[in-house]
Amino acid sequence: MSLTVEARHQLGNFSLDAAFTSDGGVTALFGRSGSGKTSLINIIAGLLKPESGRVLLDGDVIADSERRIFTPVHRRRFGYVFQEARLFPHLSVRRNLAYGRWFAGKSGSGSDFARIVDLLGIGHLLERSPSALSGGEKQRVAIGRALLAAPRLLLMDEPLAALDEARKAEILPYLERLRDDARIPIVYVSHSVGEVARLARRVVVLENGRVTASGAAAEVLSAPAATLATGRREAGVLLEGEVEGTDPTHELTTVRVGRERLRIAGVTATAGSRLRLHIAARDVMLATSRPVEISALNVLEGRILTLTSEEDGSVDVRVNCGDATIAARITRFSRDTLQLVPGKTVYAIIKSVAIDH
Amino acid sequence: MGGQPYPKRPRIGERYPLDWLAVSDAEWTAILLSLRVATVAMICSLPFALVVAMLLARGRFWGKTLLNGLVHLPLILPPVVTGFLLLLLFGRRGPLGAFFADYFGLVFSFRWTGAALACAVMAFPLMVRSIRLSIEAVDRKLEDAATTLGASPLWVFATVTLPLIIPGIIAGMIIAFAKAMGEFGATITFVSNIPGETQTLSAAIYTFTQVPGGDAGAMRLTIISIIISMAALIFSELLATFAARRVAAQ
Repeated sequence: MSLTVEARHQLGNFSLDAAFTSDGGVTALFGRSGSGKTSLINIIAGLLKPESGRVLLDGDVIADSERRIFTPVHRRRFGYVFQEARLFPHLSVRRNLAYGRWFAGKSGSGSDFARIVDLLGIGHLLERSPSALSGGEKQRVAIGRALLAAPRLLLMDEPLAALDEARKAEILPYLERLRDDARIPIVYVSHSVGEVARLARRVVVLENGRVTASGAAAEVLSAPAATLATGRREAGVLLEGEVEGTDPTHELTTVRVGRERLRIAGVTATAGSRLRLHIAARDVMLATSRPVEISALNVLEGRILTLTSEEDGSVDVRVNCGDATIAARITRFSRDTLQLVPGKTVYAIIKSVAIDH
Repeated sequence: MGGQPYPKRPRIGERYPLDWLAVSDAEWTAILLSLRVATVAMICSLPFALVVAMLLARGRFWGKTLLNGLVHLPLILPPVVTGFLLLLLFGRRGPLGAFFADYFGLVFSFRWTGAALACAVMAFPLMVRSIRLSIEAVDRKLEDAATTLGASPLWVFATVTLPLIIPGIIAGMIIAFAKAMGEFGATITFVSNIPGETQTLSAAIYTFTQVPGGDAGAMRLTIISIIISMAALIFSELLATFAARRVAAQ
């Protein structure tokens, strides 16, 4: 599977000029609100016709302004999950789910209906009206409705943004299962590092309508704060590790990242599965000697790679700890007091409860 | 309806010497005629009203303001003027009247069909208005969602837009029916006041008031027209409540 998107479009004062390619899996379009993410995904869907651009999927020309090709939205077979669920209020959940199946040329309640209903855990909602569902349930039904239309590509525009943290946590596992089971390429728009870190294989960073970075998720999300349009709060590194085991009495999971071991809290993952950890730079402390009698469970020894001064007086320190690079944000005062320079040995301290996964 | 005269055509005011509440055959004829005229006017104008409401709510084309003005004209013009214009256009020698008579065998002048046409034209702006407002209230994001699920524009209309505007359509139909039941000026100007053919309830009441001792008859028909209007209103409320419950907002 391969997806190529190029678009140039003027919307009032805002100009969009962006291009990216994807080779399957989840591609995240990442950036602040107003960066052009939604315009770009609408161009892929065909809901917005760009002044010029191309959309290619597996060699099929879906749209090409030069060749005057524009496949109408309803013939593209691109599933779209919107920020709000947009369920049809006059139809029951079952008929909402079945809506796209009919146009896809499938009828009745075949095996994939049961499979997708099961995947999303919405079997008990089928006879209800959309108005009787919670936000999280609505969004799961909307995802199921898009999947049941047998799409070639699934577009998701901040599907979790309208939900509170508890609902997000409820849906994320379903999205992970979807990514792993459904084998449909997904373009996922988000401004949340946590979601992107957890789901995406590739990340395309958008800022003011331009692509400022793109590449593998671990690379892009671990880049210094300046390249990320996300605001500094969430800047950090993305590590990929393997679950070694869980200590049930303390509900702690050990994850091996290269030769290092990190202990994190509140995860349900089976031993041997891959896990992505997002460690925000603001959650990492540095010490020049190994701390003792401290509550933080992860102390990694490493050498300072770089020190970058940020505009607000803070310093972004990259520490190479064996096979993992950790970013820490400290004050300039701490840098001077501890006399931190590249090559110096330091200990990075990460609280187990601060790790996003 | 052919032009066959009725075997007995009692005149308004010709009374049976019983209780004043007894409705005469002539009056029954007027009531049934009114119901028929209003029903036909309501049903026949519905598809046109739907198309025009859709154009006005969604369309972007040259002359939209003109179309809007044209549709609302019967609401603003004196009914007599509308009736006279209909006479010019749909009279036997009028351009449209001749066309319909030659190609469809449909004659409007001095027939009940003409009364239905006059009522439909007078009620048209009200029906369009009601449907247009409900179309404008439809969340277009739902239509986009349907499109991404593979529905062509026509299917989107049939499966999403139409079900969502049903309450507005019902309201429009009822208000058009009520307007048609009460229409007087344009009808009497266009097709006159012929008992059994074009004499509707309103025209019959008017005739009663023009003859000495006709007050009782006018009163009877007035009561009947109140009953019909109330029934229509209650019926529309019930339908609208039912429809609104089905399309309850999320």
